[in-house]
Amino acid sequence: MDIKVNGVNREFKGDPNTPLLWVLRDHLNITSLKFGCGQGLCGACSAHVDGKLTRTCVTACDELEGKNLTTLEGLAPRLSQALKSAWIQVDVPQCGYCQTGMIMAAAALLDKNPKPSDEEITAAMNKNICRCGTYSRIRRAIHIAAKALA
Amino acid sequence: MLRRSFIQTSTLAVSSLIVGFSVLEQKAVAATAGFENPWIRISSDNSVTMVAMRAEMGQDVYTTFPLIMAEELDYPVSLVKVEMAPFNPAHYGNLSPYFGGMQVTGGSQSVMSHWTQLRTIGAAARTMLVQAAAGKWGVSPAACTTQDGYVMSGALKASYGELASLAALQQVPQSPTLKNTQDFKYIGKEVARLDTKAKVDGTAEFGVDVRQPGMLAATVARCPVMGGKVRSFDAEAARKVPGVQGVYQIEEGIAVVAIDYYVANLARGLLKIDWDLGDTSSRKDTDTIMQRLRDASKKPGAVAKKAGNSAEPMAGAATVLSANYESPFLAHATLEPVNCSASIANGECHVSGPFQVQQFVHAVAAAIAGVPPEKVFVHTSFIGGGLGRKSMFDFVQEAVTIAKVSGKPVRLIWSREDDTQNDFYRPASVHTLEGGLDTQGRLIGLTAKITSPSPSIDKVPAWVSNGVDLYMVEGLADVGYDLPNFRAEAVIQDVGVRVGFWRSVSYALNAFAIESFIDELASAAKRDPLEFRLALLQKQPRAVAVLKLVAEKAGWGKPLPPGRFLGIAQTHCYGSYVAVVAEVSVKDGQPLVHQLSCAVDAGIAVRPNQIEAQIEGGLLDGFSSAMFQKISFKNGQVEQENFDTYKMLRFEDVPLVHVHIVKTDNPPSGIGEAGVPLAAPAIANAFALATGRRLRKLPFLDA
Repeated sequence: MDIKVNGVNREFKGDPNTPLLWVLRDHLNITSLKFGCGQGLCGACSAHVDGKLTRTCVTACDELEGKNLTTLEGLAPRLSQALKSAWIQVDVPQCGYCQTGMIMAAAALLDKNPKPSDEEITAAMNKNICRCGTYSRIRRAIHIAAKALA
Repeated sequence: MLRRSFIQTSTLAVSSLIVGFSVLEQKAVAATAGFENPWIRISSDNSVTMVAMRAEMGQDVYTTFPLIMAEELDYPVSLVKVEMAPFNPAHYGNLSPYFGGMQVTGGSQSVMSHWTQLRTIGAAARTMLVQAAAGKWGVSPAACTTQDGYVMSGALKASYGELASLAALQQVPQSPTLKNTQDFKYIGKEVARLDTKAKVDGTAEFGVDVRQPGMLAATVARCPVMGGKVRSFDAEAARKVPGVQGVYQIEEGIAVVAIDYYVANLARGLLKIDWDLGDTSSRKDTDTIMQRLRDASKKPGAVAKKAGNSAEPMAGAATVLSANYESPFLAHATLEPVNCSASIANGECHVSGPFQVQQFVHAVAAAIAGVPPEKVFVHTSFIGGGLGRKSMFDFVQEAVTIAKVSGKPVRLIWSREDDTQNDFYRPASVHTLEGGLDTQGRLIGLTAKITSPSPSIDKVPAWVSNGVDLYMVEGLADVGYDLPNFRAEAVIQDVGVRVGFWRSVSYALNAFAIESFIDELASAAKRDPLEFRLALLQKQPRAVAVLKLVAEKAGWGKPLPPGRFLGIAQTHCYGSYVAVVAEVSVKDGQPLVHQLSCAVDAGIAVRPNQIEAQIEGGLLDGFSSAMFQKISFKNGQVEQENFDTYKMLRFEDVPLVHVHIVKTDNPPSGIGEAGVPLAAPAIANAFALATGRRLRKLPFLDA
């Protein structure tokens, strides 16, 4: 089957039930999405399907039919740059494993809500786990990115 | 960015200045062709590469080590290229007295154990560059200065790169002059982490990201009960799944090798396995385990420390108090599950992954792969959370075994369920404390006993002597209070559950008991908990300083919002002095934590932003484990599987955290684990002030 990743059609010959995470990681060699739980509980594997935040570890690749999947690499450049710069400015990551998923969740939030409150950030980001406890820095970085994009 | 060849060419060595350190000889060494294990390499193009000889798992050695070397080298830290060290304990062994020169990352030891050597290596390289320039220019070395990668003398100026080959011919100074602390340009200043960009653009290579041509995915069907063995199995259905490349029985269970993770685990689910569960009676359920620990805690323990009338520390006391405290097993739950990649080909074995102890990885791989030890290559990736779990080597053993039996390069990634259910858990523990107050309310005697399984006994037996495991009595034997009569004891009680080293190891267990009990004694003495502690710490000025600072910052003794209460705790761990205040209210009869404030004295604050980040993360780790985390057993099996049953801290759970760094001129001390131990007792102490009820069992929100 053909799947569209970051606007480009890619071929995948395997089981259509394969979760997108493993199509991307093990076949298309896109490893910015991480495996954390396999049950949609931690958000490390976050990507966007037609702009909607999606847990790729529990989304079968045949659900992508007719849709476009966006990974960190394919984010709109301005949004991507604002988020990465804010993350760097605040020195957010420790181990860093969750952070690409955090940035994808933050991107989906800012796309809908350009100026989120603390409560809105909590609600939008609550399904993403950071084991190092960088939550308050992530919150600060989202506010900074929102300001930069305003 | 982490890929590199293992053999550095001699051209590189000849045109470069390479300085390293010999662990065996305890001295700086340099620059001969074929010397492949530098700490610093300065190339003719003026690029400087530094080697992170400790693994990067979030604690920041990837930046802190180069920062310390760059300070003495006088080279812009932001321009340093960093490489992960290969396995070579002769040059990259840990200099901590705890680790016997092994290549290990752990114990919050990295900066404190390498501080002097990192500075010396940087300064040695700088001195050699200056000597080279002085010789070239015919001036005295004293007439030369260095700045940002250049040597200068009057109008003369040359880059380090231009001087590298000449500098390589100089003798390596063993005691080069180090900078005065007031001249530091990077140490103690705001310097950005060097790995952030790679971690936010997705290019940082973690263990799970290791890719090699032809590499297959591997998984292992393990017994639902740890330690069980395969009696027989039927893999017919599993083998038929398209994409499956092989099914193999190994010691730990049945391994499936396939084209991707999904196929491997799909096939794993189709295996029919008859398991011999073995004897699980000792860990039948959590109650059985805890009762066994409680029974064992009644036995006399091995004495870890004594002072004064240690036989009868309560003699002469007007009031004697006693209390027991209990902590559950905990999983490490690193967000990157345990994983390892291995390939055995052409007489070489390559092992890649998130490793804390390269020494173990190398030894295990060599034993299994059947190639000479010098043909085993260990590649350490970024670690997506280590916390002590990745100091173990069970997953390395599995990956190398599967590579061997399958003949294929494999990447083994445990499922989250595998990871939660097959951990080396933080030991469950029972603490028994007794304290005696005199008629003035002064603490004159204390006994403290920990009863738990030993994390060290089956891994590093040398850490257990005379019945005392060093990693059971941290913060118990060396409690900082001035106690006229004191006895600390340990009872090692195996309960059939494998245990290991969990961030801050026994400090967290012991601080919960000791610091809670100190508050109980203060209450019995009718003293303010802060004043009670300060009176016992008169000989510990650094402890007094952090206590006073955190009390002031958190508003100790000042009016609080209605319903809010403060609890305080302090400890001395990893060489650092830490004090925490928790601001707590009561909701539905349980603690609700609003703020955690911490003051920390870690000596010279090498990178203050990193100290703040580590303490913040450590406090939250301590907070979540105190509030809601536990591993429990039923029918010999771990009950928790994934993050729905093993609750992790999330955005909505996070209290406000304030970190106050006390900068002193003491050598830098440990910080990666120092934030963990005090959240639990500080919260329990605040809750007791609010309700009069002591919380003596973790986690606090246990149903």
